[in-house]
Amino acid sequence: MKSKVSNKSNAGIITLGEFKKIPGYPEEDDFSKGPIAVIECDQDIPCNPCEEICKYGAIKVGKPITNLPVLDAEKCRGCLKCITICPGLCIFVVYRDYTDKTSLIYIPYEFSPLPEKNTYVDVLNRRGEKICKGSIRKVIKLAGSNKTFVIGMEIPKKFYNTARHFEF
Amino acid sequence: MRIKNHPILEDLKNRKKVYITVDGRKVEAYEGEPIAAAMCAAGIRVHRTTPRHNEPRGIFCNRGRCTDCIMKVDGKPNIRTCVTLVKNGMKVESIRGMGDWSE
Amino acid sequence: MSDFVIIGAGPAGISAANESARYGVKVTLIDENNLPGGQLFTQTHKFFGSREHRAGVRGFQIGYDLIEEINKLNVDVLLDTIVYGISADMEVKYVTEGSSAKSITAGNILISTGALEKPVVFKGWTKPGVMGAGAAQTMMNVHRVLPGRKVLMVGSGNVGLIVAYQLKQAGADVVGIIEAMPSIGGYKVHASKIRRIGIPILTSCTIKEAKGSPQVSSAVIVGVDKNLREISGTEDEIKCDLVCIAAGLKPFDELCWLLNLEFKYINELGGFVPVHNDDLETSMKNIYIAGDAAGVEEASTAMEEGRLVGVAVAQKLEYLSDRQAEKLKGKINDRLKYLRLGSFGKKRAEGKKKLTSISK
Repeated sequence: MKSKVSNKSNAGIITLGEFKKIPGYPEEDDFSKGPIAVIECDQDIPCNPCEEICKYGAIKVGKPITNLPVLDAEKCRGCLKCITICPGLCIFVVYRDYTDKTSLIYIPYEFSPLPEKNTYVDVLNRRGEKICKGSIRKVIKLAGSNKTFVIGMEIPKKFYNTARHFEF
Repeated sequence: MRIKNHPILEDLKNRKKVYITVDGRKVEAYEGEPIAAAMCAAGIRVHRTTPRHNEPRGIFCNRGRCTDCIMKVDGKPNIRTCVTLVKNGMKVESIRGMGDWSE
Repeated sequence: MSDFVIIGAGPAGISAANESARYGVKVTLIDENNLPGGQLFTQTHKFFGSREHRAGVRGFQIGYDLIEEINKLNVDVLLDTIVYGISADMEVKYVTEGSSAKSITAGNILISTGALEKPVVFKGWTKPGVMGAGAAQTMMNVHRVLPGRKVLMVGSGNVGLIVAYQLKQAGADVVGIIEAMPSIGGYKVHASKIRRIGIPILTSCTIKEAKGSPQVSSAVIVGVDKNLREISGTEDEIKCDLVCIAAGLKPFDELCWLLNLEFKYINELGGFVPVHNDDLETSMKNIYIAGDAAGVEEASTAMEEGRLVGVAVAQKLEYLSDRQAEKLKGKINDRLKYLRLGSFGKKRAEGKKKLTSISK
């Protein structure tokens, strides 16, 4: 929807400056370990299923349950479970160094049809803008995921902090 | 338009297809659904017109409160189509104003 | 004669029925629809909260669970039944579809009749193709019919954000969400879901007109300033065949008004709300209120409030000792307290406090 009405609000957008304040967002060095959860949750919503589902104890909410989830990068194995349980669909798993040139971004997906493996897709950022091309590498239905699929998309490495959805 | 292949909801199975007529037009419907749903699926959006200015009205609250979607059903006027379930052979007619009881 | 008549079988009403019947209360549960569950069956998203609030479970799945629970208990369920009045001597008057009016005398009554969507008035708002966001949600998620192909959502509270997302899941093209205030009303995570799939959210923007004949074919939107005054020259015409209004909900309490219960206007809870005490008993003895009818919140709080009334009634009828009941209520109140924390929940908690403090 193109409009003359200006949109300065950044509604629903997490800006680069805000990343650093979110305790669920890994430090830059943490991305070198392998796949790691990126919890883009920055409001005090009463909610804690991510803490409960993580069997490695890598996500801490504690009490009150309005605390923001805190990621313990040392403990996170990138197992993807938290992606599917989050009611806000705001957890991603980012494997920055998937190959020399590419990253693998795991996202929650609740649309139909599902993409097939190796589909060439338009990769979208948090604003829904096309930023690059990517390839679907994983289409995963985890046990207990209750209809939320996990899609792994391979993208050029420089977009690992911005690629969050795709279109095909 | 009917929704098929919903990513979350299972398809509704074993629903019996029936037919109703809306202002003489034959409309496909499923047993257990309200008249307004069958009309919406068939793309019919005007349910009635207002008494003074003859302005069109359709579904607004979809839960039986606002009465915007009232129509004449099997000769009975002012029936809320959003909460009245279809029956095979049902005769549904749009009304102007309060409608009347005549056939 | 019934120990406990519950009017409205949504999340609050069913929870109250289950919680009281479990301890032996003889319950009659009445609903005007042909299925219990209320708005739970329109909700395809996963709920927030923690495990005891059923977090991560989708609304309609909770609906099925509650119905399964009620079927195991000895609850008298009257469906397709409209309650049209309650007399001062606790006689509940009702009509069941296809039969004549009847009445039942109740020891206790719970009014859990939910909420209604608030409209927004603009030129053309009465045209076919303008409907409530909840109306559209019922059409797509319950009846499985797409209410429109190109949709403009008016309002960015959680309802507007969630329904826009669900319209997209159902196959509609959502052209955008507009919000008159300078920032969005709902959770940022819901807005993020919307933005990354390419749906724009325009703040400080409102709808000026729905155009088209006889039904909507476009909408004119316009920018507004801080005082919500239109900024001329910023009008834009957007093609759409459905305008959804998500401007909030108000408690639906017609039966309470008929009973002349004491009300108080609480903005945070959606408007006029019946004054009630901590057990959710209204200004009239033995008449209780729960869920959105007791102030608009969420399905998860509605279920807890229903349980609270269930325990209170079981206690009053001596199916539970005071000690047992207070312990159960304490647990429920703890869970409620958690749901009313944080910058969103806090406002509702304050609203509730204003209500209950009056009744003391």
